[in-house]
Amino acid sequence: MANLGKQYQDGEVIVRQDDTGNCMFVIQKGEVEAVIETDGRKLRLRKMGANEFFGEMALFEKETRTCTIRAIGPTHVLTIDKKNFLKGIHEDPSLAFRIVKTMSHRIRDLTDRLAKYEEDRP
Amino acid sequence: MPDLSPTLQDGSRIAVIGGGPAGSMFSYFLLNMADAVALDVSVDMFEPRRFCHRGPAGCNHCGGVVSESLVQRLATEGIILPEDVVQRGIESYTLHMDVGDVEIATPLMEKRIAAIYRGNGPRHSEPLDTESFDGFLLQKAQEKGANVIRRLVTDMSREGERMRVRCADEFCDDYDLVVLATGVNSRLMEVLEDQAQEFTRPERTKTFICEFRIGRDVIKKHFGPSMHVFLLDIPRLEFAALIPKGDYVTLCLLGDDIDDDLMRQFFDSPEVANCFPGGIIPSHVCHCFPRINIKAAQPAYGERVVMIGDSGATRLFKDGIGAAYRTAKAAAKTAVFHGIDADSFKTHYAPLCRKIHNDNKMGKVVFGFGSLVQKARFARRGVLRMTANEQKQVSAPRRMSGVLWDLFSGSASYTDVFLRTLHPVYIGSLLWNLMVSNLPGNAATKNPVAGVECDRAKH
Repeated sequence: MANLGKQYQDGEVIVRQDDTGNCMFVIQKGEVEAVIETDGRKLRLRKMGANEFFGEMALFEKETRTCTIRAIGPTHVLTIDKKNFLKGIHEDPSLAFRIVKTMSHRIRDLTDRLAKYEEDRP
Repeated sequence: MPDLSPTLQDGSRIAVIGGGPAGSMFSYFLLNMADAVALDVSVDMFEPRRFCHRGPAGCNHCGGVVSESLVQRLATEGIILPEDVVQRGIESYTLHMDVGDVEIATPLMEKRIAAIYRGNGPRHSEPLDTESFDGFLLQKAQEKGANVIRRLVTDMSREGERMRVRCADEFCDDYDLVVLATGVNSRLMEVLEDQAQEFTRPERTKTFICEFRIGRDVIKKHFGPSMHVFLLDIPRLEFAALIPKGDYVTLCLLGDDIDDDLMRQFFDSPEVANCFPGGIIPSHVCHCFPRINIKAAQPAYGERVVMIGDSGATRLFKDGIGAAYRTAKAAAKTAVFHGIDADSFKTHYAPLCRKIHNDNKMGKVVFGFGSLVQKARFARRGVLRMTANEQKQVSAPRRMSGVLWDLFSGSASYTDVFLRTLHPVYIGSLLWNLMVSNLPGNAATKNPVAGVECDRAKH
């Protein structure tokens, strides 16, 4: 019995903020946290678990990584190549449906957080 | 004029004959898409086999490798292969030739290929805490709402506007769409060919698959997380691989009608024996001679009928489960979004079958080149030297390694593999390596540069 992907230990960085990337990742087992560093402060954005993905923006744009992703405990993560993904999309555009759906959820979540932040601001 | 071609409506009934990967993935994706567009349809999957059984009773007779590209696509779709389904994660290929061996590592140094059991392990194996790959996918389809019927379908026919499915126990029922996902080893394909003159079932060839019980620790030491492939000068043998899984190693021989003579030559090869502890090949505990599809069904669709996976079109020798995924999803999309008549399948499903068929033609060319290398010792030396040198470099492009990796793993199309071999740098490098590796002094012995250690405990 085995897990696919690469194993990361607790606290190990999988993706580093401001690095360039050309792949996304799907968590096979375990948990990760997304941390953004701004003005010397570290903010935890969210935790993600098995079957969730991160780093998807690198598939669509050539910008740097927006945050750091770190393993929480032993974690297995599978890399999705940009080339393989885009080939798949070319043959079957519905392959992107789940990613679009998740990105939509994340935009909604950010909008809610922003609204709350504006409300709470003195 | 209104479009009168038949489409799936609320209440439509779909029969999927065969609960292997193609049938399960079709049901899963069709029910997923139907749900997305608020279409209320029902799916009955006919599968007499129970994949929880060990040995032939629960097995779909296949080498049991899920390719790198399919692992990634399934993960993107949200289907993660569980730990108990993956018998071993493969992270390299070891190529064995008479001139030496070379290990080709996965591009990102991670386990991206899954060795799986289609059933629940070989004949006479102890009860395992593992799960069958086919069983896992069937469960996924059931979770989406597919109804599994444990009956063997023996016949189907058109009854007015619907299709009638008949089973061995005289059960029969009518459906709006029938999806054939029986594979090529089913009698039903022969029945259909006899019934319909315009239909030609897929062309097939015989393969050989067997299982050696070696033990987990010994496998770790001698095979590691590496799939062992052989490039041997044996006529009609196109591909041979030893695939480590749990306590067993699966041998898979593909070629032009594998027979006793070919198998004897293979087992007599020192390159094969040297893979096993003490250089002795143990007796196998389970074996079969399944047939595989080497030319697609013509046509792979009809009025309210579509054939997917091995029953329709599949890739030559490689990534049959990947082809099952692609054809299943294309057929499901056609049925949900376009229609279930022959014209809809011709317009929206047949292009994928043609694409696979045309790529297989290129595959024959690629395997033809492979046969030339198999026959020519000087060519094998060049291939070995070029690959071994690439594996020692960290950042330089690995052209030969990439070609071999994609050829062995089935991760890229044959057309893509072929086009990469036309790159001037690839050709130049190959010519250089052919020359250097065959210089007097270099050619006399096994290439020490490329040799891989037998003891793989480092993994």
